[in-house]
Amino acid sequence: MTDTLAILIDLGYIVASILFIIGIKMLGRPERARRGNMISALGMLLAVVSALFECCLSFSLVISGMVVGAFIGVIAARTVKMTSMPQMVAILNGFGGLASLLVGWENYHSSPESNLFITIAVLLAVLIGGVAFSGSVIAYGKLSGRLSTKPIFFYSQQIVNGTIIVAIFLCGAILAYDPAASFSYVIFIVIIGLALVLGVLGVIPVGGADMPVVIALLNSYSGLAASAAGFIILNNVLIVAGALVGASGLILTGIMCKAMNRSLANVLFGGLQAAVSKEGAGEVQGEPHPITPEDAYYVLEAARSVVFVPGYGMAVAQAQHAVRELGDILEGNGAEVLYAIHPVAGRMPGHMNVLLAEANVLYEQLAEMDHVNPRMESIDVCVVIGANDVVNPAARETASSPIYGMPVINADKAKTVIVLKRTMAAGFAGVDNPLFIKENARMLFGDAKASLQKLIGEFKES
Amino acid sequence: MSIGLLIFVFILAIFLGVELITKVPSQLHTPLMSGTNAISGITIVGALTAAGTGADTVASIVGTIALILATINVVGGYLVTNRMLAMFKRKDEEQK
Repeated sequence: MTDTLAILIDLGYIVASILFIIGIKMLGRPERARRGNMISALGMLLAVVSALFECCLSFSLVISGMVVGAFIGVIAARTVKMTSMPQMVAILNGFGGLASLLVGWENYHSSPESNLFITIAVLLAVLIGGVAFSGSVIAYGKLSGRLSTKPIFFYSQQIVNGTIIVAIFLCGAILAYDPAASFSYVIFIVIIGLALVLGVLGVIPVGGADMPVVIALLNSYSGLAASAAGFIILNNVLIVAGALVGASGLILTGIMCKAMNRSLANVLFGGLQAAVSKEGAGEVQGEPHPITPEDAYYVLEAARSVVFVPGYGMAVAQAQHAVRELGDILEGNGAEVLYAIHPVAGRMPGHMNVLLAEANVLYEQLAEMDHVNPRMESIDVCVVIGANDVVNPAARETASSPIYGMPVINADKAKTVIVLKRTMAAGFAGVDNPLFIKENARMLFGDAKASLQKLIGEFKES
Repeated sequence: MSIGLLIFVFILAIFLGVELITKVPSQLHTPLMSGTNAISGITIVGALTAAGTGADTVASIVGTIALILATINVVGGYLVTNRMLAMFKRKDEEQK
């Protein structure tokens, strides 16, 4: 390879890294996010082209691999439904993690006798990539409903996890001592297996409502795995891009934890405690007040300001278009309409925003919790659609409640609350919700979409 | 390239990432996540090397699978993010 070509290739990687940085920065600004994503994609293209100039002995394999991957990627991205977005993100993330694992494997297979540093990088890529992959597959299973969303616990789970981590470290140490020995290859395969098991065990105790935290965390892992792969092939663009993703995933994880007033450790291991302590929580006394669609229509018809609070139930019922339609009717009726979105509503960060955007709700109407809460007392009607824990006043009022201290949308402070809900069952956290029996709360039982369509029907008839 | 320098780059990039992401409105959390997820497909560069220079058949197979998966991650990730971002509309765009 000539010197000029080598410099050009390096230059390509540097420019690619800059494009990733600019792209991520723009992804954080609503008006420029789409362009930011394209800039980051351009960076990726540049990195791939640069790599093609230095990588390959056999182009036939490389090109066919990329064609197959691109074909699958395009089909998946085109056909996925917006309601399936959480599992789509999870599985793509898993693929990235597995790719980093395999890069580590190939490197170890081809040249086991590398220096200690490379061996450690290989082990990290395999470990982090493996956890990201199997964890994402379990997350995919839970999000797509193929697995139960209930947290799964078994006896002495944390001891098992701890043992696996210790075993991985021991195996890693043995392997690093003599990577080229024949038994080391066996140990290498064992490490891959253990990493995969660790990812599974790490995600099965996490329940459906805590999924936003886990998805953000797994996202961070796949970035760090790519970074480790960069240390293997001594390539800066992998290190920089992977570190950026790792950092952003961690930040997002932190935001999600804060929105639930829980520590990361509590989310990952603490589901059991929450489920147990619920027994001790004070029983909520009182009766809910049901309301018919017709009466709900009269309440909404007279309202000058309406806030919708969507939750996972809206996604399940695929009610986002009906919500938007009702919102438009109310606006046409002269009311001010806002959509208040809790940071952890749904199954991934920003889940509700994506669904409402799909239904053409304008960006300006989507309000964050902190902006809505101060004005809640002046709101005429708050319509809760399939949300439960994120509007539970017990988080403010009942110190014994498992979710006490979690920031919630103060739906109960609106003049009237209409709750669309299938049954009186408790939310994911298994916590009773005193909102449902408050004097100003009215329960509109039934499927959220069906109820909304009845309301829309009432408006159209009048 | 020296190992120290690589670690140096890694640590600076982590700090940069933290600075870049700190203030993101929650409306953009999902696109940000799937957009950065696509970036983590950068491991495709490692996969290209792995698939293209494998020492034997096993290495080539492992490398090619890595390449296919990384490409799905990259292509799927960017397209899905673009699809989501295209849905976010503001008032001025609505009127166009």
